[in-house]
Amino acid sequence: MLDVITLFLFNIVIYSIPLLYATCGEIMVEKSGSLNLGVEGTMAIGAVFGFLAGCKADSLLVGVLVSFVVSAVVGSIFSLFTITLQANQNVTGLTITTIGVAVYFFVGNALGANWPYLRDCVRLNKSFSQIELPGLSRIPVIGKAFFSHNILVYAAVVIAILIWVYFEKTSTGLKLRAIGENPGAADSLGIDIVRYKYLHIMFGSGIMGIGGLYMGLNMGGTFEGSNCWINGYGWIAIALVIFANWSTTHAIIGTFVFGFFNTLRVYNMPLATAFPNSLGWLSKIPAQFFSALPFIVTLLVLIISSIRSKKTGGSNSPTAIGVNYYREDR
Amino acid sequence: MKKLLSLIVASVVMCAALLTGCAGAEGSDSNGGSSSDGDFIVGAIYINSQNDTAGYTYAHHQGITKAMEALGLSTESNLKIIDNVPEDDEQVRTAIEQLAGQGCNIIFGISFGYLNAFAEAAEEYPEIVFCHATGYLSNDTNFNNYFGRIYQARYLAGIAAGYKSLEIGNNNIGYVSAWGTEYAETCSGINAFALGAIAVNPDAVVHVNQISTWGDQELERQAAEVLISSYGCGVIAQHCDSAQPQIVAQEQGVFGCGYNSDMASDAPDAHLTAPVWNWNVFYQLAMETAMNEDSASDFISNIGGNYYGGLTEGMVDISPLTANNAPEAAEAIELARDLMVSGQWDVFSGTALVFSGDAGSVSVEQVPAALMDNEGNEIVAAGGASVDDGVIQGSMNYYVEGVIAES
Repeated sequence: MLDVITLFLFNIVIYSIPLLYATCGEIMVEKSGSLNLGVEGTMAIGAVFGFLAGCKADSLLVGVLVSFVVSAVVGSIFSLFTITLQANQNVTGLTITTIGVAVYFFVGNALGANWPYLRDCVRLNKSFSQIELPGLSRIPVIGKAFFSHNILVYAAVVIAILIWVYFEKTSTGLKLRAIGENPGAADSLGIDIVRYKYLHIMFGSGIMGIGGLYMGLNMGGTFEGSNCWINGYGWIAIALVIFANWSTTHAIIGTFVFGFFNTLRVYNMPLATAFPNSLGWLSKIPAQFFSALPFIVTLLVLIISSIRSKKTGGSNSPTAIGVNYYREDR
Repeated sequence: MKKLLSLIVASVVMCAALLTGCAGAEGSDSNGGSSSDGDFIVGAIYINSQNDTAGYTYAHHQGITKAMEALGLSTESNLKIIDNVPEDDEQVRTAIEQLAGQGCNIIFGISFGYLNAFAEAAEEYPEIVFCHATGYLSNDTNFNNYFGRIYQARYLAGIAAGYKSLEIGNNNIGYVSAWGTEYAETCSGINAFALGAIAVNPDAVVHVNQISTWGDQELERQAAEVLISSYGCGVIAQHCDSAQPQIVAQEQGVFGCGYNSDMASDAPDAHLTAPVWNWNVFYQLAMETAMNEDSASDFISNIGGNYYGGLTEGMVDISPLTANNAPEAAEAIELARDLMVSGQWDVFSGTALVFSGDAGSVSVEQVPAALMDNEGNEIVAAGGASVDDGVIQGSMNYYVEGVIAES
C-alpha cells in the first residue's frame, strides 16, 4: 500500500522538476524587469539541441552545457529585440515560443530516421540514472520518493536555492532587483542596465533550456512528429512565477503543488484502489477535472495573492515588469 | 514620431501580405470535372503536418503517396495538400474551396471532425469525389467514408500478448488507451485485443488505463508506468499516438504491443507486434475508381458505398512478429488470420477461438461461447452471428469480460 504513495510522490518530483528549471529561469528574467513569454520555445530549442549534442558526445554534461548555451542565445535574441530595439516584450516572447517550437519540429523532422536513440548512449544514460543519497534514501516511503533521483533533479533544487541567495544576499542581486523595480533610479545610480538585463535574461533562458533537456531525457528522447516534449510546461511555468510570488525557493514548493495535481490525474485510481475507504472518492472524479485542477489552483492563487498584496503590499512582482526601459524617456 | 513611422510601416506590410494572399487564392483557376489520367488531381486535408515522421497524418500521407506512385501519378504535380487543418467547419470548408479551385478530382479528409464540412461540400461540388476517414456521413453519389477493421489486427496482437503472458506467467496485461467506451473505435479495439489474449490465456486480464486525450506523450508515459507499477502488468498494449508506452515497457523490462506503425525500433527488447494500417489499399482503390469513371456521381455505385476493409483486403495488418514473441504466437496468429481472411469467423461473434498445442503443433478450435460484457450481460448468444459493423464502428460502448477499466 505504501508503495503507491512512494511511487506517487516519486512521480510528482520527476514531473515537476522541469517546471522548477523553467520557473527559476523565468523569475530571473522577470526580476530584471522583462516579461518573457517565450519560455516554451526557449525550452524546446534548448531541449532539441542539448539532446542531440548530448547523444552525439554521449555525455550528460555536454547536453546540459549545449542546452544552456543555445537557450542563452535565444535569450540574447529576446534581449536584442526588447532592450536594444525596444520591441514589445509580449509580442517578442510569443514569437520566440512559436519559432522555438517550430525549430524543434524542423530539426526533428529533418533528422528523421537519423534521430539518435537515447538507449544507445550508455554513458549519458548512466549519468541520468538515479543516485541514492546515502542515508536519506533509506528513510521509509519518502526516502525513495525524494532522495533517489537523477542528478538534474538535485541540481534544480540547488540552483533554485543559489538563485535565492543571489537575489537576497549579494549586491549584484540587489542591483538586479533595483532594475526590475525602478530602472530609472537604478540607472541614476550608475548601474549598467543594458548589460545587467542582457546577462540575466540570457542566464535565465539558459536555465529554462536545461529544463527542456530534462523533459526530453525523461520522455526517453524519442521525437514524435506532432507532439513537442515541452507539452505546455513553459506556459505553466509563467503562471508558477506568480504562484511562487517571484521567489525561487517558493517555486520549489509551487512546482511540487503543480506536480501533485498533475500526477494525481494518473494516480487517482491506484490511490483509490489502495485506500478504498479514505480515498475511494478519487475514482469518481473525471480525468478532465484533474487536468484542469492546476489551472484552477493558479487562478485561486492569483486571487489570493492580489488580495494579499493589496492589504500588505506583499507581492514581490517587479514594478517595472513588461515595460521597456528607454533612457531618453526618463 | 518613431512609433508612428513603425506603425505605418507595419500596416503597409500587413496590407501587402493580405492582398497578395487574396490574389493567390483568387488567381488559381478551377477546372473540376472529369479528366484524363495525366491531369487527375488528388486533394488531401490533414490534421497535422505532411512532414510528420510518425503518427496518424504520416500514415495517411504515406498511404496517399504510395497509392499515387502505384497508379503512376506524380506526387509533385498531381497532389495538392492542405495540412494542419483543425477540426473546425469554417477552416475545413476554406481548405476544400482551395483544393476545388486547384482542380482536384478527388478530395480526402483524414480527421473525424471534418465530416460536416465534407458532407456540405459534396452537395456543393457534385463534380468532385469526397472521401472522409473514420466518419459516418455519406451520400448516394460522390461522398463516402472509409475506415478499416483494425479490430481484426488487434485480435491478432492480443494473441501475441496472450502467449507472452503465459510465457512470463503474468496474467495482467495493460492497455494505454486514448479513450474508453466513449468511442466505438477505442472500445472495439480494446475488446478485440482482450478476446485475442483470452483465447490463448483464459485467465488473462486486460487493465485499461484511459488518458482521455488523443495525444499527450507525458500522460501516455505515466499511464504505462502506473499499469506496470500498480497493476503489475507484464505486457503493455496501446491505442494512443506516441511510442511512449512501448518505451516505458522497454525501460521497465516488460513487453508491449504498439499501434499504427511498427514500434520495434522504439522498443527492440519489448515489442511483440503492432496493429498497423495500410491506408494505401483504400486510397488506391478510390483513386482508381474515380479515374475510370465518367462522372463523379457514379463513384458510390462503382466503389460500393462506404469502405470498411479488413485483413482480407489488406487494409489492416500487424507488423512483423519480433523475436521477443512466445514460440507459439506466429502459428496461432496465422490460424486466426486465415479464419478471418476467408470470412469463416469474425471477432465479435458467438463463437470463440480456443488455441492449444505447443509450437509446431498449434491448433485452433471454434467453440460456441456467448460474448459477454464485463458486467455479466450477454451481447451475442452462444453460436450467434457477429454484431453488426454499425455496432463495431459506431455504438459499441461496453467492455467484454476480462477487461477492467482502471481510470
